[in-house]
Amino acid sequence: MISNVRDIAQQIHTHRLPNGLVLLAEPMDWLESVAVALVLPAGCSRDPKNRAGLANIVAEMAQRGCGPRDSRQFVEDLEGLGVDHWASVSNAHASFGGAMPAERLQDALPIYADLLQRPLLPAGQIDDARAVCMQEVRAIEDDPGQKVMLELRSRTYPDPYGRSPQGTVESLEAIALADIQRFYDATYGPDEAIVSVAGKLNWPKLKDQVEALFSAWPSRPLSRLVELAADGRCHHIAHESAQTHIGVSFPSVAYAAPDYFQARSAVGVLSDGMSSRLFTEVRENRGLCYSVHAGLHSLRDRAGVFCYAGTSTERAQETLNVLVAELRKLAQGVHPGELARLKAQIKSSLIMQQESSRSRSAAMAADWYHLSRVRTLDELGGIIDALSCDSINAYLAAHPPAQFTVVTLGASPLELPDGIS
Amino acid sequence: MEFRELRLDNGLEIVAECNPHAHTMALGFFVRTGSRDESVEVAGVSHFLEHMAFKGTAKRSAAEVNRELDEMGSHANAQTGEERTVYYAALLPEYQQRAVELLGDIMRPALRQSDFDTEKQVIIEEICMYEDQPPYGANEKCMAAFFGPHPLGHSILGTVESIKMLSPEAMRRYFQQRYSPGNMVLVAAGRVDFDALTAQAQQSCGHWEPWSAPRDTSPARARPAFQVLRKESSVQEYTVQASPGAAAESDDRFAARILATVLGDDSGSRLYWDLVDSGRADYAVMGAYEFQGAGVLMTFHCSTPELAQENLGRIHQIQLQAQRDGIADDELDRAKSKITSHVVLQSERPGNRLFAVGTNWLQRRQYLTTRDIVAAYQDVSRSDVARVLARYPLTDGATVAIGPLENLAAPA
Repeated sequence: MISNVRDIAQQIHTHRLPNGLVLLAEPMDWLESVAVALVLPAGCSRDPKNRAGLANIVAEMAQRGCGPRDSRQFVEDLEGLGVDHWASVSNAHASFGGAMPAERLQDALPIYADLLQRPLLPAGQIDDARAVCMQEVRAIEDDPGQKVMLELRSRTYPDPYGRSPQGTVESLEAIALADIQRFYDATYGPDEAIVSVAGKLNWPKLKDQVEALFSAWPSRPLSRLVELAADGRCHHIAHESAQTHIGVSFPSVAYAAPDYFQARSAVGVLSDGMSSRLFTEVRENRGLCYSVHAGLHSLRDRAGVFCYAGTSTERAQETLNVLVAELRKLAQGVHPGELARLKAQIKSSLIMQQESSRSRSAAMAADWYHLSRVRTLDELGGIIDALSCDSINAYLAAHPPAQFTVVTLGASPLELPDGIS
Repeated sequence: MEFRELRLDNGLEIVAECNPHAHTMALGFFVRTGSRDESVEVAGVSHFLEHMAFKGTAKRSAAEVNRELDEMGSHANAQTGEERTVYYAALLPEYQQRAVELLGDIMRPALRQSDFDTEKQVIIEEICMYEDQPPYGANEKCMAAFFGPHPLGHSILGTVESIKMLSPEAMRRYFQQRYSPGNMVLVAAGRVDFDALTAQAQQSCGHWEPWSAPRDTSPARARPAFQVLRKESSVQEYTVQASPGAAAESDDRFAARILATVLGDDSGSRLYWDLVDSGRADYAVMGAYEFQGAGVLMTFHCSTPELAQENLGRIHQIQLQAQRDGIADDELDRAKSKITSHVVLQSERPGNRLFAVGTNWLQRRQYLTTRDIVAAYQDVSRSDVARVLARYPLTDGATVAIGPLENLAAPA
C-alpha cells in the first residue's frame, strides 16, 4: 500500500529573488492542473485606525484593471484561460490566486504580475469598489454565526490582530483614492511577498519566468505594527434570532512554537471527527446543537482556540455550560484511543492534500509565512508519528484551557460559568 | 482509468471508476430517495432518516459508528436532497473493506426510540439554524411556489411541527418503502480494488431482501408566482427565482449550464458585471439544477433593501435580452473555457469523481469520463443555447423575496 505519508515522493523548490520575493514550488506530476497563490503583507492589520476596510478596498481596486487591461479585460483574460481565480484579505495578508489547466500557467502569470505591480487603481472605479465592500459589511449583519466569531476574535487578540477586514459603513465612507494609493505603495511590494505554485509544473521554466516578471519590482521596507490591548472580555449582542450563537476562545500557541502539534492535537481530540468530544457530548449525547466545533487559529506570534455552538435560546445556557466543562476537562489529558484516531485523520488529510494543487499551494505559502521554510510530508509524518499522549498531556498540564473569552448573540444574555468574567 | 459495474442478485448495483494512480479513494451509497418521495405527514423524514443511519445498527451503537469512521481517518458525511440521499466517505485504500462493511451496516439502521428522540432535537436545531441564515429558507419556499403540489416542491428539512409529530414507526415504514437494494447504488472512485469491492458488497449487502420502490415521476408544471415575505430583523433583502430548466434525462443540460454561466456565474457573467461589480448587489448568481422529469434554473440575489426593486428590474432586463438575442460567440467560448477547466480541476479528487459518477449513474445509468464531459460542453453551439432559451423561458417563473421590505413589485 502507498499510504505511508513519508513514502510519497516529494520535491519542494524555494528561490528568493534579490528584492525579497520568495518563490515556492512543488511539482505534482500526477495532476493535470497547477495552482498559484500570491500572498502579500497587505492585510487589514495595516489599516489606519479610522480607515478600517482599506486593505479590502485596495484588493478590490487592484482587480479593476492592471497593465494594459481594464477591469473587464482583466477578468475576461483570466477566465478565457480557464483560471478559477480568487482573492481574499485576512488580518495579515492580501492573497490572490488561481487554479488552472497546467498549460495555461505561463499565460496567467503575466496577468498576476500586472495585478501586483501595475494596478490602475482607477479613480472612476472607487465608488463601485466601495459599494462592493459595503454590501459585504451588511451581509455580515445577517450572518449571526459569523458575526459572533468576528466579535470573539476582536476581543481575544490585541488590536490590530483581532481585526476583521470588512470595516464599517462609516470607515468605508471615509476612504479616499489617496488612502488607497498610500496603502498600495506601503504594502504591495516584494518584501515578505510569497508566490507559491503547486501542480504540474516545470521548475526551471517557472523560476525563469517569475524572475523575469518580478525582479524589477522595487523593494521597500514595511512599517512595524503598533499593538494595543484587546477591548474587553465577555460580551452579549442582542439579536432577534431563532438560535443563540455562542463563541468561546482561549489562548494557545502559534504554528511555529515547538509544542504547536501538542496544542493542535488537543484541539483535534476536542473537535476533529465524529467521535470528537464536543460532537459526542454536545450533539450526540444531549442533542443540544446541530453545529458545534473548535479550531486552533494561529497568527505568526500568537494563537487562540475558537469554539462555536449555535442552539435554540432555551437550551443555550446548558450548551454553554457543557461546552466550557468540556474545555476545562481537557486539562485532565487525552486518551490513547483518541490520539490513534486523530493520527489516522491527520495522515489521511495530508495524503488527500496531495490530490489538490490548490490546497498544496496555500499550505506551502502558510508554512513559509510562519516558519520561513516549507515542511515536507516526511517531516510532518515524523512529527505525527512521534506524538504521544504523554507529550500532549504534559502540554495540557502546563497550559490548561483558561482565560476564556465568551461572546454570545441572541434573544437574551447567558450566565457565565464560574471563573469567567 | 477503468469503469466497472456489477449488479448483485438482490438488485444492488455497484459501479466504480478505478484509477490505479490515485492516492486515495471515495465510496458511497447513493439511494434514490428524498423529499419528493415523502407524503405531507412525514415531511423531512428522508433527511431525519439520513441522520438516524449514523445512530447505530443491530450490532453497533451510535458511538461505535462514529468511532470506527474516525479510526479509518475517513472524511465521512451524508447529504439529502429532493431525490437522492448519499452516504459517503473519502479514505485511504487500505480501509476499503472496513468502509464497505461499516457503510453497508448503517444502510440497515436500528432506529432506536432513545436515539430517535435525541436526534429529533438536533434536526430541530438544524431547522432553526437555517431560519437564522440568509436566505432564511427562501430557496425552499421558491421551489414550493414554482412546483406547487408537485412532489419536487416539498421541503427537504420539513418543519419544526412535522418533525415533532414524526414517529419511529412512520420512519420505519418510509425506510421499508425506499431502501430496497434495487433502489440503491454503491459507487466508488479513485484507487479502488473492484473485485474485492464486489465481494465485500456481496458479504455485507447480499442478504438484503429486495422489494419494489416506485417513484411518482408525473410531469411538473411551472407556476408563475411572486411572493414577498417580511423579515424585519434582516438587514439585506434576498430574492430567489425559479424558472424552467433542462431535466436530468435531457441532453439540453450542457447548453443550459453554459447559459447559466454566461448569465449568472459568480464572476464575469452578465449579472456579475451589471449588479455585483458595480456594488449594486452583494451577489447575483444563477445555477441549473436537474431532476428526474424536471429541471429548474435558480437565480439568487442579495442587496440592500433600497436597491432591491431596481435590481429585480435589472435582472428581468438581462433575462429578456438573453431571451431575445441569445448569447455572443465570445461569451460562449469563455463559458466553455471556465466550465471545462472547472470539470478538470474537480476531477482530481476521488471525492468529487464519486459524485460525478454516482449522479450520472443514478440519473441516467450512464458513465462519462472527465474527457466525455469536457467534449459534451465543447460541442455546445449558439444554436443549442437558443434552443434551450426557447424551450425553457427565463421569465416564466416564480419569485420569492425575503427581508425587511413590506412591498416589492414584480418587474413588468
